[in-house]
Amino acid sequence: MAQNLAALRAKIEFDLRGRASAPFDYHERKFAETAYIGIPEIDYWTGGLPRGGFTEICGLPCSGRTSFLLSALASRTAHAEVCVLVDGSDNFDPHSAQAAGVELKQLLWVRCRNIDQALRATDLLLQGRGFGLIALDLGDMPPQTVRHVPLNAWFRFRRSVENTQTIFVVLDQEPNAKTCASLVLRLGSEAARWSTTIETHTADSFVHPSAWLLDGVDVRAEVLRSRIQQAAVEGFHRGFASASIGGDTGIFETKAIWNDPGNLLFESKSKGLKKQG
Amino acid sequence: MAFASIYVPHFLVQSVVRAEPALRERAVVLVDGNPLLEKVVAMSDAAARAGIQLNMTKSQATQFSGIEIRSRSRAQEKATHAALLDLGWSVSPRVEDTALDTIVLDLAGLASLFHADENIADELLRRAATLGLLVNVAISSNLEAATHAARGFPGVTIISPGEEAQRLGCMPIGVLSPSLEVLETLERWGVRTCAELAALPLLQLSERLGQEGVRLHELARGASRRSLVLAEPLICFEEEMPLDYAVAELEPLAFLLGRLLDQLCARLTARSLAASAIRLRFDLERSSENNSQFLDGKSSGEPALGVYEKVLNLPVPMRNSKMLLRLLRLQLQANPPKASIVKIYLAADPARQRFAQGGLFLPSSPDPEKLELTIARLTNLVGDSHIGSPELVDTHRPGEFRMNRFTPSRDESLKNRKSSKPATGLRAFRPSLPLKVELREGYPARISFRGMRGEVVAASGPWRTSGDWWQEDPWQHDEWDLEIHFRFSPAIHLEHISTPCPQRGLYRIFYDSLRGNWFMRGIYD
Repeated sequence: MAQNLAALRAKIEFDLRGRASAPFDYHERKFAETAYIGIPEIDYWTGGLPRGGFTEICGLPCSGRTSFLLSALASRTAHAEVCVLVDGSDNFDPHSAQAAGVELKQLLWVRCRNIDQALRATDLLLQGRGFGLIALDLGDMPPQTVRHVPLNAWFRFRRSVENTQTIFVVLDQEPNAKTCASLVLRLGSEAARWSTTIETHTADSFVHPSAWLLDGVDVRAEVLRSRIQQAAVEGFHRGFASASIGGDTGIFETKAIWNDPGNLLFESKSKGLKKQG
Repeated sequence: MAFASIYVPHFLVQSVVRAEPALRERAVVLVDGNPLLEKVVAMSDAAARAGIQLNMTKSQATQFSGIEIRSRSRAQEKATHAALLDLGWSVSPRVEDTALDTIVLDLAGLASLFHADENIADELLRRAATLGLLVNVAISSNLEAATHAARGFPGVTIISPGEEAQRLGCMPIGVLSPSLEVLETLERWGVRTCAELAALPLLQLSERLGQEGVRLHELARGASRRSLVLAEPLICFEEEMPLDYAVAELEPLAFLLGRLLDQLCARLTARSLAASAIRLRFDLERSSENNSQFLDGKSSGEPALGVYEKVLNLPVPMRNSKMLLRLLRLQLQANPPKASIVKIYLAADPARQRFAQGGLFLPSSPDPEKLELTIARLTNLVGDSHIGSPELVDTHRPGEFRMNRFTPSRDESLKNRKSSKPATGLRAFRPSLPLKVELREGYPARISFRGMRGEVVAASGPWRTSGDWWQEDPWQHDEWDLEIHFRFSPAIHLEHISTPCPQRGLYRIFYDSLRGNWFMRGIYD
């Protein structure tokens, strides 16, 4: 019996030579290296985005996905990594990206017209290798369209990014990648924050709308799935001083770009009191 | 001091075979002349053994089986000669352009690099083979002796100082290139080899044959002295290939381009250079159906030959022929020529090779050559204007930017730059969406767009921007940031596909004072 098994194993290895090396050897799962994205709450909970892994960020419009993405791009480009954004609906705004700290010279922006172009472009980029972060933004695609992406496409993306240093992020409205994603986060917006220069007891944005400024948004992030080794997360926790969040969800704040003193975009804006007709 | 002479036997045939390596083992015949009157002007040894003779007509040559007939190509001869010079300069900085098929190198100073003359000769043979040439190499301390030994003896010939007369003795005097008259005279005398010529008394020879006789006598003894006439290094890397039949499809065209690129890259490698740009030009077939495409407007009586030109600018100097071929294929797929191709011209702009010093602590980045290929493929997929790195334009016009060619930096100063706190991102609508806005006391109260209707629960604005009033397209916008609540959360019917929308959202809208309409610039996400 043992001889037959050995002979069978040798035959299978011989037939698979050149296509699969050591098919019967046990491959230990490697410790996932992660990279911080610059949102302390997210980095605390997830340990960062996994390198060589597939991260899916889902949420409805206005849920904070773009803020999440811009923070990730800013963090990676600040480390001189080359990043790519495959923009499924051509919605990327370079102005808010630069205000968020994204180094635009390090960002390759691929502006697609439909989901087919977006998926093919992603395939080409994942095969190209060497990128620090590749983001596929399907956030404005109808969910029905993204649901029709076959599972083997997500699987192919995962296999392409494995054993590389690339962070692969997909933005969509609902989770589609199933078990192919190593990390799945659902985002949802909480309250918007407004600030005003007038007394709060008389504050009414409709009386004095020009005295109000959008301050930012609170975003709730929920970890739906995480395959990142616990040790990586705990390692980050040890270095993180404050931990004011509990459970698998957390809230992080975004700041509107009005508050960035380095933002020159709005220096020339003036308050207009003229009524619109 | 020693000189090496490199001679290309059957130069005309080798020029053609260099572009078609498969012909090297075949009997090849070259014909030249007016069509219908073409005659054999050169042939390989195998063709000579088969019975082909010079000045035979083409129709006579076709009677022989197993013969490959090609037209003589002066363009390829020029390219082969350039390759021969590149071979010389790859070894020595002092090269003489002796003839179309012969060059001479000054070997002074190369002993420390190659040690022995045999090593130099072997290296020359090896490098010639990479350029697609089979050459004879002769090394001697006498320049003329080396030149004639290369022409007279196959393979490698090394003549020690003082042995010139002895080594050249068995060589036929025809190798010394005497005039026809002198050659006939010498043959009548029964003088056929250099040794026999060298044995003749010099005084009597000069009386009968004049200065040419004296010159030939010195050459036969290997005693002729002259200086090396240095050639200017060429900075021109061009390859041409006229086609016997017009090529209309990409696959065979790519095969031919691959060959030319192999030759071009081999020449660049020989000179330790790389290509910063590749220039491609096709001569297109005259088309009787589409003459209007090729007419140059001059009344020449015949339509002008169409020309297709393309320049492939490379982000970093490259000399990988396979990578260059892939890039050219992608360009041709995106923008194919409009007619069949009858001639291919390829040139490379030389540049110093790229030397990149990696860093231990720098993050990994894509290989520049692979990145260029990926970008070329993506350009074919999404279009030239839809890929690149964005750059903000120095203007206050909202949303203005331009797309630049993507050239990532490995600048160390980028590292550890303090990134901003997470900012609220904006997703832009291109073009801006038209809206219907209901105002209350001059401020937006209800918004309708894309089948959605919502109440404004918070507003900030108006923030006015305007500009470019001195140009043809001025703008004047009053911008608002709105928080909108959608009561019923209806599905958006966009191209017959439903998509859910949030209960509430933050939007940026603006009133275009010049057009008198409301638009949505983007959504905060």
